[in-house]
Amino acid sequence: MIAFDRLTGTAAPLPEENVDTDIIFPARFLLITERHGLGRYAFHDRRFAADGSEIATFVLNRQPWRGSPILIAGANFGSGSSREQAVWTLLGHGIRCVIAPSFGEIFHGNCFRNGVLPIVLPEAVVGALMAAAQDGRIFVVDLDAQVIASEGLPTLSFPIDAEQRLALLNGWDETDLILNARGADIAAFEDRQKRIQPWLYDTETAA
Amino acid sequence: MPRTLYEKLWDSHVVADLSPQQPGGDALLYIDRHLVHEVSSPQAFQALRDAGRRLRRPETHLAVADHAVPTRSRGAIADPLAAAQVAELEANVAQFAVPYRRFDGDGQGIVHVMGPEAGFTLPGITLVCGDSHTTTHGAFGALAFGIGASECGTVMAAQCLRQKRARTMRVELTGTLSPHVSTKDLALALIARIGATGAAGHAVEYTGPSVAALSMAARMTLCNMTIEAGGRIGLIAPDDTTFAYLEGRPLVPHGTRWTQAVTYWRTLRSDADAVFDTSVAIDLGDIAPHVSWGTSPEDCAPITASVPDPAKVQDMSARRRLEKALAYMDLTPGTPLDAIAIDRVFIGSCTNGRIEDLRAAASVVDGRHVAEGVSAIVVPGSTATKHQAEAEGLDAIFRAAGFEWRHAGCSMCVAMNDDRLAPGERSASTSNRNFEGRQGPGGRTHLMSPAMAAAAGIAGHLVDIRTLGAHGA
Ligand code: SF4
Repeated sequence: MIAFDRLTGTAAPLPEENVDTDIIFPARFLLITERHGLGRYAFHDRRFAADGSEIATFVLNRQPWRGSPILIAGANFGSGSSREQAVWTLLGHGIRCVIAPSFGEIFHGNCFRNGVLPIVLPEAVVGALMAAAQDGRIFVVDLDAQVIASEGLPTLSFPIDAEQRLALLNGWDETDLILNARGADIAAFEDRQKRIQPWLYDTETAA
Repeated sequence: MPRTLYEKLWDSHVVADLSPQQPGGDALLYIDRHLVHEVSSPQAFQALRDAGRRLRRPETHLAVADHAVPTRSRGAIADPLAAAQVAELEANVAQFAVPYRRFDGDGQGIVHVMGPEAGFTLPGITLVCGDSHTTTHGAFGALAFGIGASECGTVMAAQCLRQKRARTMRVELTGTLSPHVSTKDLALALIARIGATGAAGHAVEYTGPSVAALSMAARMTLCNMTIEAGGRIGLIAPDDTTFAYLEGRPLVPHGTRWTQAVTYWRTLRSDADAVFDTSVAIDLGDIAPHVSWGTSPEDCAPITASVPDPAKVQDMSARRRLEKALAYMDLTPGTPLDAIAIDRVFIGSCTNGRIEDLRAAASVVDGRHVAEGVSAIVVPGSTATKHQAEAEGLDAIFRAAGFEWRHAGCSMCVAMNDDRLAPGERSASTSNRNFEGRQGPGGRTHLMSPAMAAAAGIAGHLVDIRTLGAHGA
């Protein structure tokens, strides 16, 4: 996973609630089995008309937000389908940080596994950031210091789980972490469970 | 200390407490079972290969192709991308020795329909799948939740996942559902009441005196829809109905193991004095048939209501969302919901593609015919369900009524196979999501129960199932 420390750039404002993962990555592209190179499908049906031309009014098609590394959205961003492609497509498009009052739970977790920082802030605070984003201001998101800075706004800190912050800062892979640190715990659990719910292991002894 | 069912299931799967200084924080949870499908697994298998990892316990996984597959016919898949995706799944399950339900075999079906039918889903286990509707399996008293593709890879390699403990919500059910009203209506009414994020961060347990009377199919529909209220976990304590459903299925324990298991499963219920963080009470007798009118599952109302008027909404951001939803749905405020004409009917999905659902729809269309200009399909949730329905003669009833009878799959629930709405088309659908473009770019979805979708097909517009008979449509 790519590490995340500090990000500077404009923030694309998407003042809309319930932007679900079907909007972020339409289902028909799920036939692609790669996780890289998905950037061009991000918000596809919002970005492109049926004939493939760009829809000029959509924020990611407008300056100065075409290449924004930050997205600021309404509540419940990334709700719906668990598709991790929603994160991969944002990443492919160059978006490394999403700020919203709340997130779909599975999407929120998927962000951390892919080097994308989801920041949850109260509705009013997101509203203020949204206004600054609409003015095209430059934002700095600093994960180490846990702060967001932007011209004309007081620097504000954001909450984040300590472990997840560390994993993002270091670019750690979750599976590696578990396998390296917890192998003995897992084996001990299995021994215990075999005694309490032995039927869960029957298929293996039979095989 | 008294514990809820969720807490019991959680506690029995903690491999390591990851935040000992903060009780109720993160833990490493053991994962007993993993359902694998063609869409969320390729990247997980690839991650295993890239890291040179093995599957820790191949027998705890079960794979099937359901999302991308065509439902018109079995055999060779015409769409080259879908064919490649299924071929990739088959190569992966072969390489990693994962049990697999062949696409053209009798065991195929939507993960959340096939898993329970096979007896893969058991009470007391943790079960995951790279699919948000994994909530379905909570109907058996399993701790079941949807995960992302990276987590699928972690489960394959380590049989564990890091999880945040959820808060608990009790939905207390009393009373009896009226005739023609189903747990789909109950789910839609609940989501309309608490909102699409009403259960966010919560494990929802459906409890109360009315639960005992609900069939496993009804329970699965209810748990399935929990994710549409934002809850990643829906739960119902296992009881005699659960055990009767499971007994004798291929993958459940047999003989003395069965007796042993049932003894354990009977302990899986919330203690009488367990404390939930949130509680909601619903009298089933109050529930009318519901339909959705907007682009979020919370945009639902009884069929007797009208399209809401944004001008009457005080909160500006809610008003804008409503205006946008109505513009997308091409609906005018004040229009009675039962005046909305439809083009397509879809009966199926992991929410309502079970035999009980097909029976309910068939009883509505029996002796009637789909309205002119409406195209309607019935897609069984699994191949076993299809065979059962055919044995009962349901396929003949549907065909005679002008419905197409299909092979099993996700079909028109998700626009990634051949079945989808054309831009501007409007459907009466038994699936679970009415998001923009969910059933095809520009398509407009109205969610409802199987009986209501069948009735809409007959009438040519959304209609109150309770009055359909009287009109003799
Ligand atoms: S039927 Fe629909 S919701 Fe269910 S698994 Fe398939 S695509 Fe997902």
